[in-house]
This record gives sequence, structure tokens and C-alpha cells, in this order.
Amino acid sequence: MQTLRVIWAIFVKDLRVEWRHRETLASMCVFGVLVVFLFNFAFETAREMSLRLLPGLLWVAFAFAGVLGFNRSFAAERENASLEGLTLTPADPGAIYAGKLLANLFFMTVAEVVIVFAVSLWYNFSFIPVLGLFSLVTGLGTLGYVAVGTIFGAISANTRMREVMLPVLQFPVAVPAFIASIEGTTGALRGEPLAVYADWVNLLIAFCIIFLVLSYLLFEYVLEE
Amino acid sequence: MPPETSPAKSGLELRNVSKYFGDLAALRDVTLRIEIGESIFIYGPNGAGKTTLLRTLCTLARPAEGHALFNGEEIHSNPAAARARIGFVSHATFLYGDLTARENLKLAGTLFGLTALKERVAAALATFSIEDRADEPIRKLSRGLQQRATLARALLHDPDFILLDEPFTGLDAASVEKLEALLRRLPGEGKTVVFSTHNFDQGASLARRLVVMAAGRVQFDGPLGMAPLDSLGIRNLKIEN
Amino acid sequence: MIHLGVTILWLLIAVWMIFFYAPREATMGEVQRIFYIHVPAGWTAFLAYFIVFVGSVIFLAKRSQAADDLAHAAAEVGFVFCTSMIVTGPLWAKPAWGIWWTWDARLTMSFLLWLLYVSYLMLRSYVFNPGRSALLAAVVGIIGFVDVPVNYMAIRWWRTQHPQPVIGGGEGSGLEPAMRLTLYFCAGAFWCLFAYLVRERLAIARLRRELSAARRASAPQDQKEDRG
Repeated sequence: MQTLRVIWAIFVKDLRVEWRHRETLASMCVFGVLVVFLFNFAFETAREMSLRLLPGLLWVAFAFAGVLGFNRSFAAERENASLEGLTLTPADPGAIYAGKLLANLFFMTVAEVVIVFAVSLWYNFSFIPVLGLFSLVTGLGTLGYVAVGTIFGAISANTRMREVMLPVLQFPVAVPAFIASIEGTTGALRGEPLAVYADWVNLLIAFCIIFLVLSYLLFEYVLEE
Repeated sequence: MPPETSPAKSGLELRNVSKYFGDLAALRDVTLRIEIGESIFIYGPNGAGKTTLLRTLCTLARPAEGHALFNGEEIHSNPAAARARIGFVSHATFLYGDLTARENLKLAGTLFGLTALKERVAAALATFSIEDRADEPIRKLSRGLQQRATLARALLHDPDFILLDEPFTGLDAASVEKLEALLRRLPGEGKTVVFSTHNFDQGASLARRLVVMAAGRVQFDGPLGMAPLDSLGIRNLKIEN
Repeated sequence: MIHLGVTILWLLIAVWMIFFYAPREATMGEVQRIFYIHVPAGWTAFLAYFIVFVGSVIFLAKRSQAADDLAHAAAEVGFVFCTSMIVTGPLWAKPAWGIWWTWDARLTMSFLLWLLYVSYLMLRSYVFNPGRSALLAAVVGIIGFVDVPVNYMAIRWWRTQHPQPVIGGGEGSGLEPAMRLTLYFCAGAFWCLFAYLVRERLAIARLRRELSAARRASAPQDQKEDRG
């Protein structure tokens, strides 16, 4: 119970802080939409082409929007050493990780909805018929990406050049989630049945479990001195 | 590695603790025992190791050598137990600038697992006379008010050991008086107070025990009245300050 | 000293074997001999990352400075071998396949390992608080190592689902005995060199620590207190 209360308190705190200045979400959404916008000049956007390019476009936009969010998530914790303040309580470090993870997941989801909307509008592609499976794949991929992004955000907040350090740490580790998400999204957008890309969905589930558990266990060492 | 001898089972204790930052030794072979109800003044020049000492006692820093103990047990084998009984006031406020004092205290209280949180937060805000500014974001408050909110947060869970690192810095005169009164009162209520300040006379008027540090070592540890101030060079230091 | 001597001798014999003992490969010709450098370098790089992982786990469990030194040393030396693999790969690929690079499973995997080394070593040099860098590096070392097999699965499936632009000759499989012997002999020489370099690197770490301790002892006054 206490663990759940801590997770919820951290989650609500992050949302409240974000609501007061709205910088993180704004920058994530604007950046993601800009990526989509620039892609438009890089590729021909005929519908049959779109289906081959869209998954990659979506995940590149998600990935960059995410890096912005995770960076800010812990930059805010360094001001006034408030993360140290959290460490000084008897709360389980894993619960602090879980609270930050939920908040990042929430911000990512909002940014993704905005990015998907922009793609749908500019590339004349309707997500409605494939929404269920598309959400399943995207949700799992996002969870895996946020799981590693949250712990690496906490690590890179301790470094000089954290804006560079975070993607350098995160992208190589997130490659399996990235590949599986793109493959799964391709299947979903083509309207194929789940069985066709079930391997990728399973890989995403495995990725989420492995890195959620690992990060939960290791977060304690990230907070320590 | 369990410590070899431990006669008393309660309190905070450092045993032969050293802590290094590269070529610097912030603490060298420091041994210190802090019991319930004490009031301890930590004094020393800049860089003497006062901050590292307090950070080690409050569980944030782990000794490179030696043992940090809470109630006779290694602090880092169960840090949560020690953290529940320790309140720490650092140079940084630990407060979120975008949240109000009340929200900051509520968050801390939840993480400490406190019950009747609403009433406790209200009482803590009243103790430090910040009720009327309690619903403004911390960012908008003066340094003095922020420091009062910091104190309210540190004392919210009614800790037995209150560690304060230069708590008077940036406080207005009224807050200084309030804090002084608090530091005098707490030891009588069975609380332990450990603090550092640059102003020797101020510190000496608030504590019974003095710990003088220099270059990471404890130079003197004992009742204030027995401190050989001249041989410790404190008279000279005082003039410099 | 003995270790250095053995390493040099072993490497010299390995070079001799590469050029004079191993037979000329039928289709690729002389250029195939780079294989005896490329493959052992890759094996050593993967082995080194495993040592980084083991050192990191021991450091977190026991806080032993020696374990952290071992992880750091293995990462630095492993990075050199990984870079050799990444550089010799394209040098071989260009004449053999006609292209410098292709995103086939093995190449992608090698590049990923190289990136994991880069991120580990970058992190170690960019952490502000030296007291924290060992802890953070250990966390990154462990996550990175666990990521290797997950990545391997993902990349293999990904590449087998797509047509492969160029297929390299199946290394290791169906090797002629003389070639196989040369390969293993070279791998042994590389491991011996790796162990020598790690030992030297550990000796440097130990000297540095002694120097730090001596500096702390000799200049007890004017020091700044570090926070954070």
C-alpha cells in the first residue's frame, strides 16, 4: 500500500509541476510534429509509399520526442537537489522509479497522440480502422522505451552534456524495442492479423519485462552517492 | 562487516570513517557518537569536512572506509530505518519550485508514510509561521520563507535526529530568532540537534557539545565549556569571520 | 615481464601463421587473411564486455574498488579490440563483397557492441561527481550487457525476415583444419594480449590511487570540501 501511495504521489507531483509551466509537453509535441513535417520534404508521400515509410517516421518522431521528455524529467529534479530530498525519505527507490516512469509514460502518450494526429492529417492516412492493434503495439513499444529512458534520464542528469549523453546511452539499448515496434506497427497499419507479427509483440513484452525489472532493481544505485 | 564493539545500541555513530573525493580527503578517520537529547555544534573553516560529515550522518554519503551506524547497525544495510528517524537541512532546499509549500510538505509526508497528513502539514506550516504564504509556489517566496518551508519539511516526520548544515544562511532576523529558539527547545524534548554554522558565538550559545573540525579530522570533541579555544585557534578564526 | 614476453612471442608466431601457414583462400584470395585478425578481435570484444558486466555486478554487491577497476579496464581495452573489429570488417568486406558495409545481423550486432562501449566510456568521463561515476557506470554496464542477447534476437529476426543484400561466406563452418588452427591460435594470442593490457591498466589504476593517497597525506591543509 505504502509503495502504491509513493508511486502515485510522485506521478501526481510530476503532472502538477508540468501543469504549472507546461514546458515539457509543449517541447515534446512541437519537436515530434517538426520531425513529421520535415519528413514530408524527404520522401514522396503517395499512399502506398506511406505504408512503408509511416512506421519508421512515427518511431523516429516518438524517439526524439521521448529523449526531450526524459531529459527534462530529471533536470527538474536536480534543481534544489529535490531528488536528494526524495532519497532522504524511507520510500523504496524502486517506487520512486515507478512514479517517474508513469509520469514519463503519460507525457509520451500525449505527445504520441499529437504526432499521430499530425501524421494522419498530413499524410492522409486514417488510423481508425487499425486503431486497436496499432495502440497495442505502440503502447508496448512506448512502455519499453520509457522503461529504459527513465533510468537513463536519471543517470544522464548526473553528467555534463546530458543532452548528448542521454541518447548515447539510450538508443543502443532501445534498439530491440525500436525494431520490434517498427515491424509490429508495419503489420498493424497494413491491417494484418496479430498472428502475422506476434513474434514482434512477444519480443516487446519480453523487452518490457526484462528492462522494467532490471531498472526497478538498479534504480537504488542511481540515487546513491 | 559487523562492527566489533558496540556498547550502546541507540544513536548515530561514525567509526573510523574516511571519505575521499579524488585527491581530497573530506573526512579522515572520524569517530563520533551522537546520542538522544544532545545538542552538538560542528565548527571549522571552509573545507574542514563539516558538510561531508553531516551528509554521511544523514545517510546520503557512504563512507569510503569505516562504519556509519544507526542504533548499532550499519546504516546502509537498512537505510530506510535511519531515514525515518533523521531530518536533514542541507544547503539546497529539497523543495520543488513549481509546487507550493503545502504541496511540497504533503509529498514529503507521503514518502515518509505519515498518517493524518493534512493536520500534520498544517501544524508544521503554523510552527514556522508560513500558513498565509503556504499556497504560493515556492519559487515566488523570499529566501527566508523558503528556508522556513525547508525546516518545516525536515521536521515534518518528527525525527529524533535533526541535522542542519548552515541553517542560518540567508535567513531574516525574525526567522533566525525562531530557529534559535527551536534549536534550544528540541534537545529538552528528547530530540538530538546537530548543526554547523560559521558564527562561533551563535553556535556556542545554542549547543552543549562542540565538535571542531579541520582538514577532515576531528580536532576537538567535548563539552563547550572545556574547549581550549585558544589552542584550537578559534579566537583567531573568529576575528577573520 | 614474462607475460609481455609470451604475448609478443605468441603474436609473432600468429602473424607468421596468418601469412605463411594458413592456406590461400580459394575465392577471396589473400585478403581473406584479415579474417584471422577480425574474428578474434570480435571474440575478445564480446568477452571483454562480459568482464565489464561481472565487474559491475561485483562492485554493486560488494563495493569492491578492485571490481570497479576491473570493469573499467576491461571496457577500455575491450573498446580497442571492438574498434579493431569494426575497422577490419569493412576493409575485408570491400574487396570480398564489393561494399564497405551492410546492415546484416552480424555487422549490426558488432556496431551495437561498439556503441555500448562508447556510451559506457563516455559516461565514465562525464559524471560530475567522481564518487558517483563508478555506481552509474556499473548500472550502465549491467543494462548494456543484458541488452546484448535481446538485441541479438531482435536483429536476427529482423534480418532473416528481410532479404539479405550480400551473404558472406559462412565463417567458422567448414573451415579447413589449417585455417581453423590459425584462427584459434590467433584468438589465443589476442586473449593473451588482452589480459596483458588489462593487467597493465589495473596497475595504473592502483598507482593512481596510491598517488592520490600520498597527495592527501602530504597536503592536509588548504583543501576544498566537495559537495554533491
